[in-house]
Amino acid sequence: MNILRKKSAANLPFSETAIELFIRLCGISSIIFVFGIFFFVFREGAGFLFNGLDLGQFLTSVEWQPTSLNNKRYGAFALIVGTFSVTLLAMCIAVPFGLGAAIFVSEFCSPKLRETFKIIIELLAAIPSVVWGFIGLTLMNQLIIAVFKAPIGLTMLNGSIMLALMSLPIIVSIAEDALKAVPDSYREAAEALGATRWQVVYRVLLPAAKNGLLAAVLLGAARSIGETMAVLMATGHSVNIPSGPLSWIRTLTATIAAELGEVARGDEHYQVLFIIGILLFTITFVVNLIADLVIKGIRAE
Amino acid sequence: MKGRIGYTTIYLLVVLACGFVLNGCSPKDDASVAETETTQFIIKNKGSDTMVNLAQAWAEKYTEVSTTASVEVSGGGSGTGVAALINGTVDIANCSRQVRPTELELATQNTGKAPQEFIVGYDALAVYVHHDTPLNKITITQLAEIYGENGTISKWNDLGILHSDCPSDKIIRISRQSNSGTYFYFREALLGTSRDFRIGSLDLHGSKDVVEVVGRTPCAIGYSGMGYATSHVKMLEVAADPDSPYYPPNLENVLAKTYPIARPLYMYSLGEPIGEVKIYLDWILSAEGQKIVEKLGFVPLESKSE
Repeated sequence: MNILRKKSAANLPFSETAIELFIRLCGISSIIFVFGIFFFVFREGAGFLFNGLDLGQFLTSVEWQPTSLNNKRYGAFALIVGTFSVTLLAMCIAVPFGLGAAIFVSEFCSPKLRETFKIIIELLAAIPSVVWGFIGLTLMNQLIIAVFKAPIGLTMLNGSIMLALMSLPIIVSIAEDALKAVPDSYREAAEALGATRWQVVYRVLLPAAKNGLLAAVLLGAARSIGETMAVLMATGHSVNIPSGPLSWIRTLTATIAAELGEVARGDEHYQVLFIIGILLFTITFVVNLIADLVIKGIRAE
Repeated sequence: MKGRIGYTTIYLLVVLACGFVLNGCSPKDDASVAETETTQFIIKNKGSDTMVNLAQAWAEKYTEVSTTASVEVSGGGSGTGVAALINGTVDIANCSRQVRPTELELATQNTGKAPQEFIVGYDALAVYVHHDTPLNKITITQLAEIYGENGTISKWNDLGILHSDCPSDKIIRISRQSNSGTYFYFREALLGTSRDFRIGSLDLHGSKDVVEVVGRTPCAIGYSGMGYATSHVKMLEVAADPDSPYYPPNLENVLAKTYPIARPLYMYSLGEPIGEVKIYLDWILSAEGQKIVEKLGFVPLESKSE
């Protein structure tokens, strides 16, 4: 076998080898980019991370005073809490809708409707995040003031709704794929036993596709954690530990976006923003890794 | 067999080549079109959000004045302007605070040209509250206790008023993002250099946003240029301390230097201004340029307004 392959490789014309090499390079390049980005972000922040930054203070203090003239403090706790709370609330909104939509598209709707539905969901994914932010800043802001009698509509709830709408397309399309991957023989067997359509979904499909569904939720969450512009505009951008959905918050990503433009290169503040970048990278990496392992789990079964 | 592979290769190469050609050429094309259409000199002008409307108004008016140069304005905050100055990517940086000596030095080192400072007008920072708030005046000391770290004032009641439109009675502090010159100036005017702002304020991205949010929020207090006032907000009269008289933010009080939170607006040219940049700056400082300053709610330079 090995000899055969070698022989045929030697016989191939030059063009074929060149194209193969090119395609191979394309494949490898994505790996290089990921490591390159990690290396760059790490290099910019490493100096201060290992030499000067009080990591305990960074992770537990709410005092974010990077522009103070004589007492700079870099406590990112409120930003971390902000990121996680807005993501959690976004998932509480997006998961029921997303999974519901996926079940509907995969099990209950006619093939023609399904195509239209999928196109519309993809359209939702194509809306730029700054447009979501704008909707949050204007429309949703007034809606929240009117509905909840809140003093100000730029809140965690506002940001969460925007994030939920943004991660919905990811959740729906991955969850639908997971449901589609369940063999038809399962459905047929369940129906043969006299199960109603809802029982098929609830008792057979959901347990069978649970890993794929979990991966869908995790990838949706990773999208929410990394989102910047919409949360910057919709959450009030305030260093604050939230006491409820109507509190205003600030996220890690929004802090980088708002402050990186101003800092001098190589400055402490600049390096701290890159350390926040490392933290974000780590969080999304872990979430994506879990999602990948979960998907692998399905394949192994 | 061989022939087929050959065609595929050629096809692929053509597709790739097209991609490269299209990608590579389009920006060049734009540039050359721009060059041939307008043989004008383009003055790049960037920085302060407070000044962005003013800079835009100057740039627009200047198209009627000059046929040889046009001005390209963008905002982003004073810090953004200074960063651009340091990187040498602008001709003129707008700044609502004075550029720090270290920053000037950095710009000189990086670009080989020492930035030159021009005061182009004055701005009074107005303290805004919702127009239904039963409060008309405030002292700098009170503002410091509202905005400053470990401040003692957090409720409207602490200011001695009964704010019936604000059920929680909590003062919602509206501030600016930390690369804004307005943020730095207000902090220094209130708290000096030794004290910081209290965290938990809403840090908005623009002078106009502050006024807009305050106008919709009865509990809020905010600061922004006096040119941004709308009918939904009220500008408070400000006194330097409890023993001093209160002054409303207006032209006379800023020129007489009695209103305590007014500041100069700066433009920095990269190096000694020459050619079109110099003509533009001279025009801004002329009576015609200063008329626009007044029209936008800022305070023109004294010598020219008299």
